[in-house]
Amino acid sequence: MDMAYLIETVVKIVVIMLIFSALAGLGTYFERKVLAFMQRRLGPMSVGPYGLLQVAADGIKLFTKEDIIPQNVVAPIFKFAPVITAATAFMAAAAIPFWPQFTVFGYTVHPIVADTEIGLLYVLAVMAIGLYGLLLGGMASANKFSLISAARTGAIFISYEVVTGLSLLAPIMIVGSLSLVDFNNYQAGGVSHWLVWTQPVAFILFWIAAFAETGRTPFHLIANDHEIIDGFGTEYSGMRWGLFFIGEYANMFFISFVIALVFLGGFGDGGLGGALALIAKVSFFFFFFLWTRAAWPDVRPDQLMWLCWKVLMPLAVVNVVVTGLVMMF
Amino acid sequence: MSNIEQFKNRNVSEEYFLVDIEDYPTDGWGKFKRVVKRTFQGELFVGLWVVLREMIKFDIHTVQYPKEKMPIGPRYRAVHEMKRLWESGTERCIGCGLCEKICISDCIRMETKIDENSRKEVSEYSINLGRCIFCGYCAEVCPELAITHGGRYENASEQRAHFVMYEDMLTPIDMLKAGQQQEFEGFGAITPHEDERVKKTPLAY
Repeated sequence: MDMAYLIETVVKIVVIMLIFSALAGLGTYFERKVLAFMQRRLGPMSVGPYGLLQVAADGIKLFTKEDIIPQNVVAPIFKFAPVITAATAFMAAAAIPFWPQFTVFGYTVHPIVADTEIGLLYVLAVMAIGLYGLLLGGMASANKFSLISAARTGAIFISYEVVTGLSLLAPIMIVGSLSLVDFNNYQAGGVSHWLVWTQPVAFILFWIAAFAETGRTPFHLIANDHEIIDGFGTEYSGMRWGLFFIGEYANMFFISFVIALVFLGGFGDGGLGGALALIAKVSFFFFFFLWTRAAWPDVRPDQLMWLCWKVLMPLAVVNVVVTGLVMMF
Repeated sequence: MSNIEQFKNRNVSEEYFLVDIEDYPTDGWGKFKRVVKRTFQGELFVGLWVVLREMIKFDIHTVQYPKEKMPIGPRYRAVHEMKRLWESGTERCIGCGLCEKICISDCIRMETKIDENSRKEVSEYSINLGRCIFCGYCAEVCPELAITHGGRYENASEQRAHFVMYEDMLTPIDMLKAGQQQEFEGFGAITPHEDERVKKTPLAY
């Protein structure tokens, strides 16, 4: 491994970390603004122009709060759990091509940290490991509601992994590769080549599962608002809680990238227009996460399980079988 | 409708009607049909459209409180005010002690004395806002319209007593001369056009 490659990779990692940490912060700002506008409010307005510096104020607050380790918690696990959530969220970014390759000063940059053959599998696997942050955090807290929430989180995540995997299986069969770059190149021909036209069911199923995977509102049972507490995060405060938060928002961005890359053509043929189109697609999916939060109620855990095992999973299986039959004949 | 029947009818309006609710399906096929129907009814998109419409209309109802304030009614009962006579500018309070007597939370305390002109003078007057429940009885009972409620509702302070120094409650004399003393329109205030309704005391019995 030569030195230039190493340096380039480290720089890419640092850039992605910085951009998406900042975006996670800004994501909270956008969420508060969008929700406020949809509810005829103004949202944060006091800190900075139009409340733009609210993110900085929140960051200072989170960083400077006392790091409380409550009595009776399993301290090492309790301390480590938020790191798992944040770390796995950012680790998933390694295999995502965020941008088509471009040339700066005669040097070609590939905006993907690790262009592996199994990119999609890697992203799904690492995002699935993110479950352990929430599960262990809830179990290590000496709080029965955190424990219940952790159990619920585990059940939901494991169930929806099935839907995620099965729904992506059909596109993978068509493309014949697990690399997200290959997915993008397969659809580079234009809008008519997008996989969403040949795999609409898989697209819808994966989109629904993305809400469960990130724990966003129709399936916001991870931190169950109905219990007036923050689920697994009840005992957390300060930056440890902030890490859960950053992980959740980074996950939203990354899963939006995955949806756009797998089903909606990604950055297309690699021109500037395609790159901007990718940003527009990701922005739409991120906005949709906020939009549904304003519009839709949460479902009960049993309804969520019913939806997963009795509706989405059979549909995904049927979709895979039909895709296979069509490809065979 | 017989005489008693009209009192038995509790419906405020004749437009009330029972919502037509279908029976819940009991068998599997019925449940399946209900799921399919609800799935493709598009109700979720109605919800999405409603919130998006409100976002586009941008009809914001927020009052940015410290910068903007809602107008409050003239009868609002916030921190008390002591009024002056319009003509002479002297204090209206005659030290009768009715407000102290009627105060149900026992928060008004006054001391009076006879001054050098043999008139009753209020030497100490205080309201314990920690006890005051802003019922308005003091303003209602005051025969001189001297103590009233004001519109100053922002009474967060290190000490509640900061708001109820007698000198602070009293209308400043320069404000009175500028004609800025506001009469209270709530309890105990004179009603409009009171002058026209005043009758001469009959002197001949």
